[in-house]
Amino acid sequence: MSAPITYRQPVSRLWWLRKRTYFLFVLRELSSIFVAWFAVFLMIMVVAIGRGEASYQNFLNWAASPVVIVINVVALAFLILHTVTWFVLTPQAMVVRVGGRRVLAVKEVYVAGRWVPAATVVRVGGRLPASAVIASQYAGLIVVSAFIAWLVL
Amino acid sequence: MTKRHLEPVLWLLFSGGGVVAAVFLPILVVLFGLAIPLGLVQPDYNHLHAVVSHWLTRLVLLGLLVLMLFHSAHRFRFTLYDGLQLRRFATPIAVLCYGGALVGSLAALLIVLTV
Repeated sequence: MSAPITYRQPVSRLWWLRKRTYFLFVLRELSSIFVAWFAVFLMIMVVAIGRGEASYQNFLNWAASPVVIVINVVALAFLILHTVTWFVLTPQAMVVRVGGRRVLAVKEVYVAGRWVPAATVVRVGGRLPASAVIASQYAGLIVVSAFIAWLVL
Repeated sequence: MTKRHLEPVLWLLFSGGGVVAAVFLPILVVLFGLAIPLGLVQPDYNHLHAVVSHWLTRLVLLGLLVLMLFHSAHRFRFTLYDGLQLRRFATPIAVLCYGGALVGSLAALLIVLTV
């Protein structure tokens, strides 16, 4: 007994150029490169700070070079895209319970290779629209950003 | 078998890293990636050294770095699978992505312990 042969239409490697939403999806996923880049950047910085003032100055000179500045400008754009899209996704990917029971979502969203239940349309206890979840995340972002700026400066 | 058990853990790391990247990275890039190198703000070196040397900063930094690296690895893995249609090379891609995140995490641990 052999497995049935099914025809699969080949998907072009450039499928994501066909539609604006596909393109944005791929841009969103590509933000991962810049998350990794900045993790490495932070590690280099911490090592430089640990090694003394001269070493920190060398790091600053390197970080101020045009190439690195351009990379960081691009990184900032991608990371803002990540933040905005992530905050929109969170209420969608949340498992919403009403009165202890899990509410089945009506639609699903695709994130990093997985379809997750989208719960935007569900309201908890009568009223918790997705916008409230999104707003609280922005509040968190502002608090964390202000704290880090205060700590560093 | 192990892969099936690992997948939810990897997705958990992905989403944890997604949250910390969304909340912490914009300000960190603005400050350390742009404002400080460009000389817009100039924090005192000794102050920075004191902040980085504090055990709490180091602990938080380690957590952030590990989560961000695994978030990035997981998402990049699926970008290659779906974006470039490379599902045929699933195993080497997964090994490279998570291997990279693991090496990065060990480097972060080493840095945090020795700074």
